[in-house]
Amino acid sequence: MARLARLEVTDDELDAFAGQLDVILESMQTLGEVDTDGVEPTSHAVPLVNVFREDQPQPSLPRDAALAGGPDTAEGRFRVPRILDDEE
Amino acid sequence: MDDRIIDRTAAGLAADIREGRATSRSVTEAFLDRIDAVDGEVGAFLHVDRDGALATASEVDAALAAGEELGPLAGVPVAVKDIVVTGGMPTTAASKILEGWIPPYDATVVERLQAAGTPILGKTNLDEFAMGSSTEYSAYRRTANPWDTARIPGGSGGGSAAAVAAKMAPLAIGTDTGGSIRQPGAVTGTLGAKPTYGSNSRYGLIAFSSSLDTPGPVARNALDAALLHEVISGHDPRDSTSIDAPVPPVAEAARSGASGDLSGLRLGVVEQFAEGAGAAEPGVLDAYLAGVDQLVKLGAEIVEVSCPSFSYALPTYYLIAPSEASSNLARYDGVRYGLRSGDDGRRSLEEVMGLTREAGFGPEVKRRIILGTYALSAGYVDQFYGRAQKVRTLIKRDFEATFEQCDALISPTTPFTAFKYGERTGDPYQMYLADLFTIPTNLYGGPGISVPVGLSDGMPVGLQVMGPVMGDDITYRVASALESTQDPLLADTAPEIEGK
Repeated sequence: MARLARLEVTDDELDAFAGQLDVILESMQTLGEVDTDGVEPTSHAVPLVNVFREDQPQPSLPRDAALAGGPDTAEGRFRVPRILDDEE
Repeated sequence: MDDRIIDRTAAGLAADIREGRATSRSVTEAFLDRIDAVDGEVGAFLHVDRDGALATASEVDAALAAGEELGPLAGVPVAVKDIVVTGGMPTTAASKILEGWIPPYDATVVERLQAAGTPILGKTNLDEFAMGSSTEYSAYRRTANPWDTARIPGGSGGGSAAAVAAKMAPLAIGTDTGGSIRQPGAVTGTLGAKPTYGSNSRYGLIAFSSSLDTPGPVARNALDAALLHEVISGHDPRDSTSIDAPVPPVAEAARSGASGDLSGLRLGVVEQFAEGAGAAEPGVLDAYLAGVDQLVKLGAEIVEVSCPSFSYALPTYYLIAPSEASSNLARYDGVRYGLRSGDDGRRSLEEVMGLTREAGFGPEVKRRIILGTYALSAGYVDQFYGRAQKVRTLIKRDFEATFEQCDALISPTTPFTAFKYGERTGDPYQMYLADLFTIPTNLYGGPGISVPVGLSDGMPVGLQVMGPVMGDDITYRVASALESTQDPLLADTAPEIEGK
């Protein structure tokens, strides 16, 4: 699960989390008791759907400002580590 | 008794500035000096913007001198929780993963503060990404409770609450996802209000749980909070869950509540709040019940109401909030902002992402991301997240039904007073119980306010007033009426911090 969440957690952390998450999950199992047949899910407290606006161009964040917070940028782009495996 | 600027109410300071008895600059300086004097001991701020605050103050003074009409809080300084983005001013969400990040834009809340002429003193401490109830999960510093510096100030907005309690700011902005404005308010003897979801823009709030997050005011009394509430509220087209309707008249309600007349008002007590392992500790219950007696003396009628689904609120919240958080926090990938760790030129993007997130997130954030990832994973999503959303519907129906029988609900804000550092960090579930009574309002979307009601072993206790959706004004009326029975206000009686 940690890998799926892109977290390189240590073994010590995993041990601690496992016990703590068990307690939390146990409390969540109680939701299994509830009869939810035919109940609509609530995704937001306020029932608003499909908020539209005119499709008009608006000024957006200047590129330099958008890049300013990045840990590694070059030539007007974010630099990222390699995304393809080395060919063996 | 109001010798010192820092002892005065925000409403009083605003009037002084407007009517020429004080300048915004002198007021702002007084709070900045107070921060210099006592924040070493309290630890409420992550960043103080002396120059920026004084520049705004001078602009307000110049505008007033030129005869301009300004808003009701013009010139009164405010502290802002460090999860609300401030253009040009560091914003960290108290996480290492955003260390050094300077946002390129302002949150709507911040834009509205600037338009209202309120100098921003700085950014206040919190639990990392607002996940916690003690501010102990901040990656940067510990914040002390001004009532007893060996104790926590609540969380996640412990910094905003402590800043107001220690009179380093007359007002502060918080955010509330499951109680992060109200629980710190209760344990620091300040007033914190979570507005109706959607009535305050989330644009520029660093997202934790998007269907629950709500910004709101922190103050030492209801009228001050209401004035700030009105400054930041209102429709915002940049937030697609923003309600396009008039803001409830909260300042008027706070003024009318101050007369102390609650006759004709029905206040509901949820019978299930008193049941189960999470019931309030005896000292909290005593202070709360004394407050209920006061409300009855003011003319309110108390009715018992039932919310059978209440016992499922905590597990429902701890499925929904971590699920949304695991999705929202996916953006911290070491590419667009903040930290990148382990990029040695050989590791792949995915490896670097994992190492960055491992180095940048603290334990509670990791726990919740793992929990949320689990609850959303293939094969489990219906059993966990899907089921929680359905139970949320049942909880919402229960609470909506109570407002057929009463005007507002009351409860203790949190089951226990401020605990000592480290007392609950080893057992996350014990920490989660702090929000037992505040979580339901986030789930059904209504407003909730915590008003200081008394002391238990010398530590403050809060009474919570919960209203129907867009019934914020009722909660302010009750809070203000309760304050009318206190002289001096409980919030004004915090022990003096001498500083070093």
